Amino acid sequence: MVKIIYVEHNGARHEVNVPEGENLMEGAVQNNVPGIDGDCGGNAACATCHCYIPEAWQALTGERSELEDSMIELADTAMPNSRLACQIKASAALDGMEVHMPATQH
Amino acid sequence: MATQLKDTRITQSLPQGSVSWPLPPRVRPELPNHDKATLESYLASAPLDEVDIADPLWWETDTNHVYFRRLREEAPVFFTHVNSNRHRGFWNVTRWNDIMAVDTNHQVFSSEAMLGGITLFDMDPDFIMPMFIAMDPPKHDVQRKAVNPIVSGQNLASYEELIRSRTCEVLDSLPRGEAFDWVDKVSIELTSRMLATLFGWPQERRRMLTYWSDVSTSDPELPGNPGKEERQGILLGMLQEFTMLWNERVNSEPTGDLVSMLAHNPATRNMPPMEFMGNLVLLIVGGNDTTRNSISGGLYFLNKNPGEYAKLKANHGLVENMVSEIIRYQTPLAHMRRTALQDTVLGGQLIHKGDKVVMWYSSANRDDTVLDRPDEFIIDRARARQHMSFGFGIHRCVGNRLAELQLKILWEEILKRFDHIEVLEEPERVPSAFVRGYKSMMVRIPA
Repeated sequence: MVKIIYVEHNGARHEVNVPEGENLMEGAVQNNVPGIDGDCGGNAACATCHCYIPEAWQALTGERSELEDSMIELADTAMPNSRLACQIKASAALDGMEVHMPATQH
Repeated sequence: MATQLKDTRITQSLPQGSVSWPLPPRVRPELPNHDKATLESYLASAPLDEVDIADPLWWETDTNHVYFRRLREEAPVFFTHVNSNRHRGFWNVTRWNDIMAVDTNHQVFSSEAMLGGITLFDMDPDFIMPMFIAMDPPKHDVQRKAVNPIVSGQNLASYEELIRSRTCEVLDSLPRGEAFDWVDKVSIELTSRMLATLFGWPQERRRMLTYWSDVSTSDPELPGNPGKEERQGILLGMLQEFTMLWNERVNSEPTGDLVSMLAHNPATRNMPPMEFMGNLVLLIVGGNDTTRNSISGGLYFLNKNPGEYAKLKANHGLVENMVSEIIRYQTPLAHMRRTALQDTVLGGQLIHKGDKVVMWYSSANRDDTVLDRPDEFIIDRARARQHMSFGFGIHRCVGNRLAELQLKILWEEILKRFDHIEVLEEPERVPSAFVRGYKSMMVRIPA
């Protein structure tokens, strides 16, 4: 299990144990973390699991794919550290990572 | 070595762009009558390549599901030849995963208006209306971003109070104990008011927006609808009226409505007139037809499923989940179409450059390999948000959150007021393979 801390826009924290290999959108949805919807089921095709990755963890979470990049860039709330949670898989290296959420998903 | 694929598509009977107007008569099966049962039994057993599912007949009678179930099981990516002298032939993509593959691959599957656009029937070559849904990146992206803020985040939240007060007003004005048309009095009324607000359009003339929306999606061949030239004239009239608004707003401070946003954004402020018109049509249809038909559909489904209606009455907290289920079950736009920019393989079929590829969202929403019991309307369905109705990828519905908000508020307010709303007879449906909707639906609220 990998400990992930989902932080809502208002600061509310949700500490969740995500099985290794599971993506972070599933990790949130299956544990009823509010603010991550995952409408497309994990295909980087809806951007309703938009999140921000703190600088210290960015290198460990990899790069955006082409589709992920297109979807993020269409969001008003896109930032350089934006990712789609469904494209990041839980791994031991991510244990203790904070994932921050925008005010709303679109 | 790559597997050799058999090309199952017979050469299209006409080269691209050569469908001529008026369209040749449509081939239809000879059937004793057009009763629903007759049509369904025909679709259940007819040779797959004998059916033209683009025929409005299958949509006005709501019988198309029978055919799509067969395609999903027997031929999930299937080329329709019949009536190709009317529509040039098209690929039907019917399974969830294949549609996801098309919708997320805009490099291969283009939305470009000049190639025909995003509906099964090509955009009229004499009257091309560029609009951002019918564009590819990068132009699509900058135009979409110009209007995105009106339906997202804080701006959306700022509409909530207004939507609620209007919803209350409309519901409180409904007659009790007598039959009335829900489509006209509620669905159109609420969506036209919202649309007028979004455009900064005068409320007293809001039904013009409904009219233009209906005209822009109407089939010029059907009796009673404006013909091809008349339709062009009506839409040019719309352009003229909106151009006056544009001219007022381009020279004043931004007012936050769509016309002002388009007039002030560098990505859209120099649009040619046809492109302004195209984007107007997109935003009017997008904000009108879809939500309108989900408003009607929701009430219809609850009446068809009294157990679900009882569940809702017992637990008003189900509204939000039900809204997603309504949108899935209705699928207010039955399809989106793309044009292949290169030869490619999809679901084991060879798609040729230039082919039309139709993604049947209404079929994906009934794909039982992805969804549990998809033919049933279940308001407390697990993960109800996972439906195809908004599309996926870069063209995903921009107004989805607004639509959900409108429906949520409507049902919260209905439940506060009415113990029951009874649908009196089968609704009259729109004869269209694109807009899945209702022309009228007679209902009664007990006195």
